[in-house]
Amino acid sequence: MAYHGIVIAGFGGQGVMLMGQIIAEAAVIEGKHSTWLPSYGPEMRGGTANCTVVVDERPVASPVIDSPTEVIAMNYPSMVKFGGRLQSGGILFVNSSVVDRDIERDDIEIIKVPVNEIAEEVGNPRVSNMVMLGAFVEVTGIVGTEAVKEALKHKLTGSKSALLELNFEAVRRGAEFVRRR
Amino acid sequence: MEVRVAFSGPKSLSGKEFTYCPGCHHGIIHRLVAEVIDELGIQEKTIMVAPVGCSVFAYEFFDVDGTVAPHGRALAVATGMKRALPDRVVFTYQGDGDLAAIGTAETVHAANRGEKLTTIFVNNAVYGMTGGQMAPTTLLGQKTTTTPYGRRAENDGYPIHMSEILSTMRGVAYLERVTVSTPQDIRNAKKAIKKAFLAQIKNIGFGLVEVLSTCPTNWGMTPVEAQQWLLENMTKEFPPKLFIDRVGD
Amino acid sequence: MKKLMMKGNEAIAEAAIRAGCRLYFGYPITPQSEIAEYMSRRLPEVGGTFLQTESEVATVNMVYGAACTGKRVMTSTSSPGFSLMQEGISYIAGAELPCVFVNVVRGGPGLGDIQPAQSDYFQATKGGGHGDYRLLVLAPSTLQEAIELTMLAFDLADKYRNPALILADGMIGQMMEPVELPPMRDLSTLPDHSSWALTGAEGRAPRKVTSFNIDPYGLEEMNKRYQEKYRRVEREEQRWEEYKTENAEYLLVGYGTMGRILKSVADRLEEEGLAVGVFRPISLWPFPDRRLKELSEKVRFVFTVEMSSGQMVEDVRLAVDGRIPVHFYGRMGGVVPTPEEVIRAFKKLL
Repeated sequence: MAYHGIVIAGFGGQGVMLMGQIIAEAAVIEGKHSTWLPSYGPEMRGGTANCTVVVDERPVASPVIDSPTEVIAMNYPSMVKFGGRLQSGGILFVNSSVVDRDIERDDIEIIKVPVNEIAEEVGNPRVSNMVMLGAFVEVTGIVGTEAVKEALKHKLTGSKSALLELNFEAVRRGAEFVRRR
Repeated sequence: MEVRVAFSGPKSLSGKEFTYCPGCHHGIIHRLVAEVIDELGIQEKTIMVAPVGCSVFAYEFFDVDGTVAPHGRALAVATGMKRALPDRVVFTYQGDGDLAAIGTAETVHAANRGEKLTTIFVNNAVYGMTGGQMAPTTLLGQKTTTTPYGRRAENDGYPIHMSEILSTMRGVAYLERVTVSTPQDIRNAKKAIKKAFLAQIKNIGFGLVEVLSTCPTNWGMTPVEAQQWLLENMTKEFPPKLFIDRVGD
Repeated sequence: MKKLMMKGNEAIAEAAIRAGCRLYFGYPITPQSEIAEYMSRRLPEVGGTFLQTESEVATVNMVYGAACTGKRVMTSTSSPGFSLMQEGISYIAGAELPCVFVNVVRGGPGLGDIQPAQSDYFQATKGGGHGDYRLLVLAPSTLQEAIELTMLAFDLADKYRNPALILADGMIGQMMEPVELPPMRDLSTLPDHSSWALTGAEGRAPRKVTSFNIDPYGLEEMNKRYQEKYRRVEREEQRWEEYKTENAEYLLVGYGTMGRILKSVADRLEEEGLAVGVFRPISLWPFPDRRLKELSEKVRFVFTVEMSSGQMVEDVRLAVDGRIPVHFYGRMGGVVPTPEEVIRAFKKLL
C-alpha cells in the first residue's frame, strides 16, 4: 500500500476529529503506521476544524503534508480550502447534504455523499461522520471495515458503547451508498 | 560541688549566633518557635522553609532540616514538601514583604487550600534586609527610604491586613496576631505558635501567627523607643487578636 | 507489545507515571493542558498527588519543595508559563535538585499564539533564568521517543541531581500516533536520595538544601561544582539521530518536530538523486557538537531548519566552526514548514 496523506475538515461538532482518529487507529490495528494531527485551539469551539492523517507501510516521518492524496470536506469552506490542495488524481469526498456547489477541478475524483440524509435514515443525524467514513473506506480501501469497527470499539466505551451498533450501521450505509452509486 | 544547668537554649536552635540587630524581635520569635518544636517533640520530623529577607539566615539558626525559598514563595515550597511527605511537620518563617507583597498569591492560596502547614509571619512594617524601604504593612505617614515624606494613601495605598484577609479563608485552622513586647505578650505568643503547629499536626488545616515586631535599625530608633512605637502605633493599625481557633484545647 | 494510539500530551504523562513520578503540580495552558488533566485522573489511581496550582510561579516552587524531599516530581507548561517558572528553575539548579519539566512550546514572543513553535530554544538550553546553570534538555520527535525521553529525563535528573526538561512543541503534544508503553517502574528501584534529601532529621544531623551562600568564595566553590558536573554531562550525555548520513553530500539539521519533517525532505530529495542526510539533535543541551563536527567534514554544506528565527543554528555554527557553509531556513509564529517548502529552500542553495 502506498502512502496516504488525508485531510478531514468541517465545522466543529461534525465529528471530523473522530473520523480521523478512527482511520489512524484502524491503520495501526492492521499493522500499518499512522499519525493523526489536529488543528487545535479556538477552532474546537464551533469554528472550522480539521485534522491530517498519514497512513503508510513505513514509520511516518512528517505528520505535516503539502498536498493530500484524499480530502474529506464536510462543509463548503473546507472543500474550497483543502480541495484546492488535493494532489492531481486525488479523491475529494464532499458532504453533499450541505455543499451544493462544485469545485472547479477536472483532475480529481469527486465523491458526493448526502451524509445527513443517510444518517437521518439510520436514525440519528449525529452519525453523519460515520456515514462519510463508510464511504471513504469503501472507495479508498486504505483501511478495512473490520479494523474500523475495532477502532470504534476503542473509542466508544462505557455508556457510549450502546451507540456502537448505530455507528456500525452508519458506516455500512455509507459504504453501501457509494457501491450503488 | 554539684554542677547543674541553670540555663540553656532550646534544642531546636543550632546555637549559631544570631545575626539580627539589637532590639530586633526575630531572636525572641526564633526562640519561641524552637521551644514549641522541643515541647511538641517534633525536631526530628520538622522541615523549615526560610524566606528572603532578614530572616533568610533562619535556616541556619534552627537545628532542623531546611531550605531557603525564592522571595515570597515559601508557602509554595512548603506545599510541595508537605504533599511529598504528609507525615512531616513543615513550617515557613516569613516577613511582611515576603508574605504580604511578593508572595501574596502563594499565601492566600495555601491558606485557602487549607494546607497542613504552619507559618510564622513577622510583621515589622518595613523592608529590613534591603535597607528600610516601604513594606506593604508600612503605616500611613511612616517614613521609610522609599516613602521619604511618609506613606501616603493616594500614592502607596493602605497598610495591608493579611490576617484579616486570611480570616475569611475556610482552610485556616488557627490564626492569631500577637506581640512579643512584654513578658505576658511573649507567653501568649508562644501559646499561639504552639496552636499553629498543632493545627498542622492534628491535620486540621493551615495555621498562621502574625507577630508584630520591631526594626530599630530601619525605624531609626533605640530598641526601647522601637518597643514603645510598636505598642503605641502598630497595635492601633494591627490590633492583636485571635481570629480563628479550630484547634481547641 | 500492543501498540496504543495516544495523544502526545497523554503519552508524556503516562510515561512520567511509569518512570515513578507520583507528584505533579501544574497550571493549565494550551497546548499542554491534557497533561494536567491526565495526571488529575491517573495519579490518584496509583497513590500519587495531583495539585492544580494558582500560577506557574507557585508551581515551580512546589516542584522545588517536593524535589527537596528526593521524590520524583514533575510539571508541564507551555512557553509563557515556562517563562514564569524561570526564577524557580534557577533556584532548583542552584540547590541541585532532580525534577522534570515539560515545555510544550507555542508561538511567541508575548502572548503569541498556541501553535507549535521552537522559539524557546535559547531559553531552554542557555540557562533561562539568572546565574550560570544548565538544564538537561531532551527534544522528542515522535511520541514513542517522547515516552522514552520522559523516562530518561527522570533518570538523568536523578543521576546528575539537576533539573531536566522535555522540550516538545504543540504538534508533539496534540498529535496521536501508535506507541508502546514501557512497564511500570518499581518504586523500590528508584535511586536512593537519603544522603541529601530533606525528610526531617530523624536519627541524623539536620541538613540544609539551598542555592544560597552569602560568601562569594563559598558561592564560587558551589559554582565550580556545578560547572564540573556540566562538563561531565557534555562528555557523557550527547544524544542524536542520523538518517541517511552514510554517503550524504548535504546535511540537514533539525530537532523535534522539524527533525522528523526533515526525514521526509531527505527521502524526497533522494528520489531526485540527491544524497541528503539528516542530523537530529536529541539532547539540545548538551548539544551533540562532537558528531556534528565530524559530519561537517564530509558534506558540502549544512542546512538547518527550525520553527524559529534561527536559534539552534547558532550551536550548529559553533560545532561546524566555519569549515563549511551553514545555511538556515525557518518559519516563525507557530507556522510549521512543510516538506515541499523546505525542499524549495534547499534547492536554492545548490
